[in-house]
Amino acid sequence: MSEKPGWKSLPEGDVVKAGTAAEFKTGDWRSERPVWFPERCIQCLFCWISCPDSSIIVKDQKMTGIDYDHCKGCGICAKECPVKPQKALEMKPERGEETCQK
Amino acid sequence: MSKIVAKTGNEAMAEAMRQINPDVVAAYPITPATEIVMIFAKYVADGLVSTEFVAVESEHSAMSACVGASAAGVRVMTGTSSQGLCLMYEILPIAAALRLPIVMCDVNRAISGPINIHCDHSDTMAARDFGWLQIFSENSQEAYDSLIQAIRIAEDPRVHLPTMVTTDGFIISHCLDKIEILEDKDVTEFVGQDRKANNRLLDLKNPTSVGLLDLQDYYFEHRVPVAQAMKDSKKVILEVADEFAKKFGRKYGLIEEYKLADAEVAIVALGSTCGTAKVVIDELRAKGVKAGMLKIRVFRPFPAEEIVKALGKVKALAVLDRSDTWSAQGGQVFTEIRSAFYEAAQKPKMTNFIYGLGGREIDLPQLHTVFAALKNIDKQPVVQYLGVRE
Repeated sequence: MSEKPGWKSLPEGDVVKAGTAAEFKTGDWRSERPVWFPERCIQCLFCWISCPDSSIIVKDQKMTGIDYDHCKGCGICAKECPVKPQKALEMKPERGEETCQK
Repeated sequence: MSKIVAKTGNEAMAEAMRQINPDVVAAYPITPATEIVMIFAKYVADGLVSTEFVAVESEHSAMSACVGASAAGVRVMTGTSSQGLCLMYEILPIAAALRLPIVMCDVNRAISGPINIHCDHSDTMAARDFGWLQIFSENSQEAYDSLIQAIRIAEDPRVHLPTMVTTDGFIISHCLDKIEILEDKDVTEFVGQDRKANNRLLDLKNPTSVGLLDLQDYYFEHRVPVAQAMKDSKKVILEVADEFAKKFGRKYGLIEEYKLADAEVAIVALGSTCGTAKVVIDELRAKGVKAGMLKIRVFRPFPAEEIVKALGKVKALAVLDRSDTWSAQGGQVFTEIRSAFYEAAQKPKMTNFIYGLGGREIDLPQLHTVFAALKNIDKQPVVQYLGVRE
């Protein structure tokens, strides 16, 4: 375990470098996770525009996956996914069979 | 040249604010503090100050706006009282934890209920544990002088804590008093114009985040520095007071001793009551009673060592609290003084008088009753309510 700094060496007043939120993994308390099925995906990017936590990974204007380090499992992406009859994003229990296999 | 004028406590505080010319004032009106920011808003409208006045919809928003502006590195002031201060409670400890030198004019008033607009110290005393420095005033002059000093104290890098300077509702806030107003340029020079003291001016090249989530691993380390700064602030308060005394002639300390050197019976009080008590002590002294008083000017940080030193030789002591902790153990001042004396080899016998709630007048006969009780200190209960009907 690395040694954490004591109060005497911390910057005054909880002032820290900006833009470091991505370094803090906040997705560890999810109870459900969105699972992406690329073969069904139509690349509409509804999930990307709806995600409140910037957790839909897009490269070259294509949805490529989910940032599970920051996704809270809110389910908005799955709700908004317009693909029928089976959605390209489905919510699965965090410790369920399907997610454990991944 | 300074000038002698007649001003109410509110006018005196507004005048100090005009001379300080803070960068941002965010405030919401509440009796009896309304006039301070109302008069100041007129100064803004008349172009007498360059302050950005933020008219908000509540005290919660007022303190939030103050925190935002102060975090950006500018000089910030506000004013409030009672329920208004209560509505700020959620934000007050944030200002302290972020080490923001906001200076507040706080007019002491009872808190509801029942609904009441008059003086006691319940509002300010309930805010004693939020990491703000608290300076009490005996009269308008002290309020004016302390407000000017508060800017320097709060912004000192060894302190960087928010500070409230208080007056007693109506008794000081609305009563005309003779006070000496300093020259504008002297105040400008005394408070200084270096905003970089805050060291957190918005810097687009080096952006920072303030007020972040801090869990089990860092929260504790970010709270303890407030305790250290509070401890260090004593020295700064005295340094600033010394400089003020050298320049302008009026001397202040953490406490004020009134005829205490040889006193056998004494009281401790804060705020406007001290003026009344001085008259009673003079009357008692004329009759040969060795009476004295310790006035607490600075309640946060609590001047425990100074109090123990000053009161050690007193035989019987009455601590006057204009508020109650409702703990059945006495008021805030009493419990802290009793605690301060725990290790002391020499200590007075003590009783606590809770008085003047909701603006109930404290007059000369009542204070004589207090001193009379000290003659039979062994028969006094730990806590008693002065002048309440049973």
